[in-house]
Amino acid sequence: MVDFAQRGIGGPITGQLVDLTPHLPVLPIVLPLAVAAFMLLLEERRRIFKAGLGAATTAALVLVSFVLLNEVAGEADGIIVYRLADWAAPFGIVLVVDRLAALMLMVTSVLSLAAFVFAVSGWAIVSPRFHSLFLLLVMGVNGAFLTGDLFNLYVFFEVLLAGSYGLLLHGSGRARVKAGLQYIAVNLGTSMLFLIGAGLIYAVTGTLNMVDVMRVAAGLTGQDVTLFRAGLAVLSVAFLTKAGVWPLSFWLPVSYPVATPPVSAMFVILTKVGAYVLLRFVALAAGVPETGLVEFLSPWLLYGGIATVLFGSLGLLSSTQLPRIASYATLVTAGTLVAAVGTADQRVISGALYYLIGSTFATGAAFLLAELVARLRPAEPSDAGVEPVFGDDYETSLQSDFEGYEVGIAIPAGTSMLGGAFVVAALVLAGLPPLSGFLAKFAIVSGALSGGPVLSTEAWVLAGVVIFSGLATLIALMRKGIEAFWRPGEENVAEVRSLEALPIGILLSLCVALTVFAAPVVTYLDATSAYLADPVEYARDVLEVGR
Amino acid sequence: MELVTAVGIGVIAAAGVWLVLRPRTFQVILGLSLLTYAVNAFLLAMGGLTVGAPPVLGSVEAPDPAAHADPLPQSLVLTSIVISFSMTALYLVVLLTARGLTGTDHVDGEERV
Repeated sequence: MVDFAQRGIGGPITGQLVDLTPHLPVLPIVLPLAVAAFMLLLEERRRIFKAGLGAATTAALVLVSFVLLNEVAGEADGIIVYRLADWAAPFGIVLVVDRLAALMLMVTSVLSLAAFVFAVSGWAIVSPRFHSLFLLLVMGVNGAFLTGDLFNLYVFFEVLLAGSYGLLLHGSGRARVKAGLQYIAVNLGTSMLFLIGAGLIYAVTGTLNMVDVMRVAAGLTGQDVTLFRAGLAVLSVAFLTKAGVWPLSFWLPVSYPVATPPVSAMFVILTKVGAYVLLRFVALAAGVPETGLVEFLSPWLLYGGIATVLFGSLGLLSSTQLPRIASYATLVTAGTLVAAVGTADQRVISGALYYLIGSTFATGAAFLLAELVARLRPAEPSDAGVEPVFGDDYETSLQSDFEGYEVGIAIPAGTSMLGGAFVVAALVLAGLPPLSGFLAKFAIVSGALSGGPVLSTEAWVLAGVVIFSGLATLIALMRKGIEAFWRPGEENVAEVRSLEALPIGILLSLCVALTVFAAPVVTYLDATSAYLADPVEYARDVLEVGR
Repeated sequence: MELVTAVGIGVIAAAGVWLVLRPRTFQVILGLSLLTYAVNAFLLAMGGLTVGAPPVLGSVEAPDPAAHADPLPQSLVLTSIVISFSMTALYLVVLLTARGLTGTDHVDGEERV
C-alpha cells in the first residue's frame, strides 16, 4: 500500500510554496519565452492545444500586467525595481516597472490577447509556427518596456523584430515576401544605428544603465558632450524610424497592410515602443537640465511628429482600403505621440498617454475589422492570398489538413455588428465625441494651448494639425463605411464567427470603458506624467535599491 | 592604430552603405553584412583600443584596470554578432523566397525599365 501522505501527495503543503509576488516583473518576459519554446516542441497538428495554451498565456499576461498596474498605482513612489540575478544597478541589469511601463504592459497584453484570439479563429494556421512567433513578439515588446538597460533594450528590440519578421511573412504570398524584404532591410539598418548610438554612449559614459547614463552625462565636459550628443542623436534616429516618424516612415504603409489581420493589429504596438523609448529618454534627460538634452531633442521630436501627422493625414485621404487606412491611422497616432513627447509639457503628455490607449485599441480593432469588412463583397483574387513558399510535403500537408478548418460558430446579424463596431472604431480614431478619442485630443489640444499668455507658433501648429488629422481620419473612414455598408442592391451579408467578434468586442468596449471611467484613468495618467516630469526619484530608486 | 582602425571601419561602412542602396537583393545582403562588420568593429573600438591586454582579471589581488581591456564591449560584440548573423541568415531566406515568387532579384520585386 502506498502511503500518499508520506510521499507528500495529498498531504498538507506547508512551507513548500515559494512566494512568487516579488518575481512578477520578470513574468511578462519569462512566461511568453518559456511557452513559445515549449510550443516549438509540439507537433504543428496540435493546433487546438497550442491555441489554448497561447490564449491562456496571453490571458495570464493580462492578469500579471493588471496586478503590476495596481501595485504601482497604489504605491506613493509607484516603482518596482527588479534586479536580475540580484546584481545592483548599474553593474547588473534591472527591470523597472513604473507607472508608464505598467501602463504599456497593460495595453500590450490586452492587444495581444485580442489579436491572438482573432488569429486562432483561422489565420494562425495558414503557415507554421505562428503561436511561438507571436509569443516571442510579445516577449520582446514587454522586455523593451521593462528594461532599464540600454544594451538590453537592443536585445529586446531584436527579439521583437525577429518575431515581427516571422509574423509579417506569415501566410507568405508575393506581396508579403516583397514587403518583408524591405521591412527587414530597413530594420536591420536601424538596428545598426541603434548599436552605433549605444556604443558611442558607452564610450563616453562607461555605463549602459539608462539612469546612470544620464547621471554621468550631467558631468561631461568638452568634446565628450559633443560625442554624447552624437550618440544620442544616432540612437534617436533609430527610435524615430521604429516609431514611424516622417521621413523615416515609408516602410510602414508598405508592410502593415499586407500582413495578416491579427499580425497587423499586433504591429500597432510596435510603433508605440519607439515612442515609449523616446518619452523615456526625454523624461530621464529632464532630470539633468544642466545638460540641455531636452532642448536638444525636443524640437526634432515636435517637428518630426507634426510632419508625420500631416503625412499620415494625406495618406488617409488617399487610401480607400481599410488596411491602408488603419496603417496611416497608425502613423497619425505615432506622430501625435512623438510630437506630444517633443512638447515636453506634462499636460500634453498626459493627454497623449490617454490617446495612446484608446487609439491603440481602436487601430487594432480596425485592422481586425478590415478582414471582416472585406468579406462583405465577393472575394477578389488578391495578391496577398495564401501560397506555399517552398511547396514541400510538410507545408502542403498542413494546408490540406486545415481545409475548412474554422473555430467558433457564425453569429447572426453579422453585418449590423460590423457596422456598429466600425462606427465605434471610427469615432475613437477620428476623435469625435462622445468616445475616448475626443477626450484625448481635447486634452492634447488644451494642454498645448494653455502654455501661457503668449502662445508659441508650435503650440498653434500642433493643435491645428491634431484637429486636421481627425478630419482626415473621419473623411477616410466615412468614405470607406459608405462604400462597405451602404451599397444598394447587394446582399451584404457578412459571416462573422464568435471568436472573431469577441476580440473586436473586447477592444472596442475597452475604448468605451475608457470614456466612462475616464476619471480614474486620467488621475493615473496625470500621476504618470508628473512622475516622468520629475525623474529624480525614479533615478534614485533604480540606482539605490538594495544598496 | 586608432587611425588605421577608424579608416578601416569607415571604408567598410561606406562600402556597405553603397551596396545597401543598390537595387539587387544580393548587393543589399552583402552591404548589410559589411555594415554589420563595420558596426561590430566600431563597438569593439568603443571600449578603447589596447594591445596584449586580457579582458579577464588574472588575479583578484590588487587588480590594475589599466592593464586590462574593457570586457563589456567584447561581450556586447558577441551578442551583436550572434544577432546580426542570424538576422542576415533570415534575410537570405527571404531573399531566396522573393526570388522564387517574383522571378526577379530586384528589391522592388519587379524590374524597373
